[in-house]
Amino acid sequence: MTLSVRIKHDLGRFALDVAFEAPPGLTVLYGRSGSGKTTVINAVAGLLTPDEGRIDVDGQTLLDRARGVNLPPHRRGLGYVFQEGRLFPHLSVRQNLKYGRWFRKTGRSSFDQVVDMLGIGALLERRPGALSGGEKQRVAIGRALLSDPAIILADEPLAALDEDRKAEILPYFERLRDEVSVPILYVSHSAAEVARLATTVVALQDGRVAGQGPAAEVLGDPMLTPLGARAAGAVLAATVAAHHEDGLSELDAGGVPLFLPRVPHAIGQPIRIRIAAQEVVLSRKRPEGLSALNILPGTIEQIRPGAGPGAIVSLATPAGRVLARVTQRSARAMGLEPGVTCHAIVKTVAIAPEDVGGMELSRQSR
Amino acid sequence: MNWLGPQEWEAVALSLRVSFWATLAALPLGVLVAHALARWSFPGKQVLNGLVHLPLILPPVVTGYLLLLTFGTRGPVGGLLQDFGIVLAFRWTGAALAAGVMGFPLMVRAIRLSIEAVDPKLEQAAATLGASRAWVFTTVTLPLILPGIIAGSILGFAKAMGEFGATITFVSNIPGETRTVPSAIYAFLQVPGGEGSAMRLVIVSVVVAMGALLISEWLARRAANRVAGT
Repeated sequence: MTLSVRIKHDLGRFALDVAFEAPPGLTVLYGRSGSGKTTVINAVAGLLTPDEGRIDVDGQTLLDRARGVNLPPHRRGLGYVFQEGRLFPHLSVRQNLKYGRWFRKTGRSSFDQVVDMLGIGALLERRPGALSGGEKQRVAIGRALLSDPAIILADEPLAALDEDRKAEILPYFERLRDEVSVPILYVSHSAAEVARLATTVVALQDGRVAGQGPAAEVLGDPMLTPLGARAAGAVLAATVAAHHEDGLSELDAGGVPLFLPRVPHAIGQPIRIRIAAQEVVLSRKRPEGLSALNILPGTIEQIRPGAGPGAIVSLATPAGRVLARVTQRSARAMGLEPGVTCHAIVKTVAIAPEDVGGMELSRQSR
Repeated sequence: MNWLGPQEWEAVALSLRVSFWATLAALPLGVLVAHALARWSFPGKQVLNGLVHLPLILPPVVTGYLLLLTFGTRGPVGGLLQDFGIVLAFRWTGAALAAGVMGFPLMVRAIRLSIEAVDPKLEQAAATLGASRAWVFTTVTLPLILPGIIAGSILGFAKAMGEFGATITFVSNIPGETRTVPSAIYAFLQVPGGEGSAMRLVIVSVVVAMGALLISEWLARRAANRVAGT
């Protein structure tokens, strides 16, 4: 199943004009607040009618302004996980979960399976008012899933949660991505969420698609920094090679060993890690006598000077593309230019737990 | 109820019957109008709003006279209904109509406030889960505005119990047919020695009003707890 969106809408501040496809897996609409992400997802849900455009899911047309087709939300067959949960306060958790089944009696997903997967079995008889933020969001995910949607929409579902709750919910979206066959369209402005969850990234900037494609390509493109250079960072695929006794885990990223604070994944398991561009130091020679454990040799591909004193350098390494944020002054002093060999140095502790996620980086590679 | 004389008892029973039917008949229309005023946008919305509130502002006698002109046997609507064998003028059903019209603005205001308090985002969520507009209303909006519906009904009922001006103008003051408690109190006070009966009916009025208020408070609190989701 694939979602294809091509819409134009006047937002006052700017004109939204986007076209993208969301293949199976998890597609993140990535951009700053106010870049038009929520408008796009609401147009897909039918909660907003764009001025022009067309939205299809696998040959079924949800919206076609030119032909006058505009299915109301309840006939679009979507599941929407909202930022604030939006559980029905007058119904129990069980009734909330089963709400969608009153109207779509296909029964593809099993109630017990979904309840198990989300770990909400103990909450079924409670009212939403008696749930914590994280529990509410899990129930909201279950409610959307149980309505047998053709596509799952999620509008910053973690934004209203604190860091601990985010860490609690993120793995459920990883499981959804890996275990549920329907495409997921996920709106986010968090680099860590994108790095962990995205199969496909659609980067939005001022109402336009600045870039789209597999997560590693878009996130590793120095020309695409929808959230600014500060949030730039590449994503690498790796497998867990060993867990050492000193609390470190050793990863194998394309033959390069990387050391991280202990990750919860089993040996041999594929994981993805995000390396923030501003945590990377570049060196022309292989450094010695350095406390940093992770050294990735590579060749400079591109240097993108920023508006300020900084620049983003992209480096092709055996582990994949790495982005580094350096000053333009040091780039000149070091003679950095495309083709030059260089070493990227990353401190072990600079890779935070929220930057490490399970599963393969891209489905297309399987 | 031995301390109430037969005439007094008759007035109390009639008042309860009139108010009950007035409230029940006005309720569906009240919910519809309140929903329209709270959520829909249509031309003439302000006109509808004004019409609904008119009985609150007009002298009740004027409302009663307008009802007589419209629903009297020679009125445009009354004449039509008479062809179907329905007569409202000078009947208890007419008293119920007058009471319903007078209580309508209070009922609509209470329900409208509760509809405006329902988060439209919950209704959107229901729509994305497959509920049509009618189902969204029945399964989400209606349960959430139940406290407002109860409050509106009680207000309408209390207003109907006390309605005098429009009733006496529209359906007169016929013992056993249109002599409700307020009309009866008025009638007893016009004859010598009627003060005792009037006082007993006053006590009944106070008890019924207080009782209605307490029951509504209790129901509304229960419904509010339910809606709060704890």
